[in-house]
Amino acid sequence: MTEAVLFYLFSLVAIVAGFSVVLARNPIASALSLVVCFFFLAADYVLLDAHFVAVIQILVYAGAIMVLFIFVIMLLNLRHDAPVPILELSRRGLVGMLIAGVLGTGLITALEALPVSAPAALPDGYGKVASVGTSIFSGAYLLPFEVVSVLLTVALVGAVVLAKREI
Amino acid sequence: MSFETVLPYLIVLGKCVFAVAFVMQIVPLLIWGERKGAAYIQDRPGPNRADIMGIRAGGLVHTLNDVVKLVMKEDIVPQHVEKFYWALAPVIAMTVALVTFIVVPFGDTFMGVPLKVSDIDGGLLFVLAMTSLGVYGIMLAGWASNNKFSLLGGLRASAQMVSYELAMGLSAVVIFLGSGSLSLSVIAEQQALPLELGFISIPAFNWNVFSVPGAIAFILFWVAAFAETNRTPFDLPEGEAELVGGYHTEYSSLRFALFFMAEYANMIVASAVTATLFFGGYNVPFLNGETIRANADTLVALIGFGAVPVLLFFSALAWKRRNRPFYRAIAVDDIRHREPKFWTATWLGLAVVHAGVGVLGLSGIIGANGPTGIGPDTVAFVLQLTALALKVLLGCWIMIWVRWTLPRFRYDQLMNLGWRVMLPVALVNVFVAAVWIIVKESLFA
Repeated sequence: MTEAVLFYLFSLVAIVAGFSVVLARNPIASALSLVVCFFFLAADYVLLDAHFVAVIQILVYAGAIMVLFIFVIMLLNLRHDAPVPILELSRRGLVGMLIAGVLGTGLITALEALPVSAPAALPDGYGKVASVGTSIFSGAYLLPFEVVSVLLTVALVGAVVLAKREI
Repeated sequence: MSFETVLPYLIVLGKCVFAVAFVMQIVPLLIWGERKGAAYIQDRPGPNRADIMGIRAGGLVHTLNDVVKLVMKEDIVPQHVEKFYWALAPVIAMTVALVTFIVVPFGDTFMGVPLKVSDIDGGLLFVLAMTSLGVYGIMLAGWASNNKFSLLGGLRASAQMVSYELAMGLSAVVIFLGSGSLSLSVIAEQQALPLELGFISIPAFNWNVFSVPGAIAFILFWVAAFAETNRTPFDLPEGEAELVGGYHTEYSSLRFALFFMAEYANMIVASAVTATLFFGGYNVPFLNGETIRANADTLVALIGFGAVPVLLFFSALAWKRRNRPFYRAIAVDDIRHREPKFWTATWLGLAVVHAGVGVLGLSGIIGANGPTGIGPDTVAFVLQLTALALKVLLGCWIMIWVRWTLPRFRYDQLMNLGWRVMLPVALVNVFVAAVWIIVKESLFA
């Protein structure tokens, strides 16, 4: 009961913050709304017993990536002197809506096609750091994990090469 | 509702209040320590004039005076600020500083209640996550103040904190390689094990700092902690020589006080986390929880009487300060001559109190109900809390000491240190730690 109430509360705030990201006129307000959204998503993860993912969500997304976003916004000093019109229906907007509609329909159909099973008890230590680590480093996810690390390194080197004219 | 159903909630509430109070009680003490520390380092007497009905308490009243001053000041809201974010920024700074403390254990158990607010499985990650959120307060303050000096301060803060977070996280990796857990309470418990030196075993002294990778990690972590708390030599976000006041230029009254307190709260939390990771946390050297509980009476007597000569020595030191050039320069009937006498009397009074405690230990009533009663538990609680508090205060004192000794970095030097020195050293240290653990396990197992 408490869990359900908390879930709806956290999700509501996350959704409102998500809307605020797109609707806010002030870029800093948008970025901060995204931080709030990440926070309440992390709270939802905690309710799902995914403690590790929740902490990492805050550490990486709210604590590092969004700081860089805001850093850039501050450097460019974007203010709301020239407000971006929100509801101007351009051709681009229409195409965007169309794609979003198709994707949304696909997602809902996929969700409905999922088999519904009775909730099972979670194994001991589920979502804790140790079990996540074990499944990443000794399970089926080892290869994808290492491939992703290589991908990140490549992206990092690429960024340095692009940013630095002469090395 | 019966008392039994409410009790768990009351215990949690009590622990929350205790954790916040622990930090908030040390803050004014640190502000006083900072001033007096600066004064001692520069060989001057420090603040000693504020008084309440003639009582100056060795400058402690000054901190109280500060609070009154900050509360009574006008809360100026400049016209050009982004009001909402501007008001939000100091709140974020303070909240983040206080929240981090909830994962730090401040004792093992008291009457079966574990003494930490929350034993989050990824406790260390939580600490890192919260420190990384601390930058929002400073960044928002800088941006919302809508002035170039504040903005520059905010930019410097965010770049600096993001850079040093990496070195901080990587140096902590060494600790959880060794302990196999991210939970600060597990890390603290493991340091209560005996330190094995091959031929000799020292009880309850298995501190993480006593290994080669641990010591390197400690130095990296401690330097990064300075950068994360924006203390000198890393206080470029404030940089009063070039940025007026940096990110808090536009703040006055209690809003400024929040930033000010957040800095000290951050120092306390950084010291507490460092103490827990590297210096055994709440563990008293040579005495684990069981030993303390089993020998509660003997320990109380030993510590009570043992503290008396130490306190008498401090008392003599305080008395000797009368001969500093400053005190000889002022008039004989000047009221400021009272300060060394006040401290002499305070230390003497503490010596008397400790002698009393020693007598209490001799009387043997503490352990009367056996080693699991409330008496031994209280002794363990007090000793362990004192051990943590002393470690925290020592850490804070080192921060103050460094602030009044070292000049500020230049910005490029700061970035070079973070990215070109600390990050590679931390990375290499992770490998060293892995090799160290394998060698140790194959030698001693």
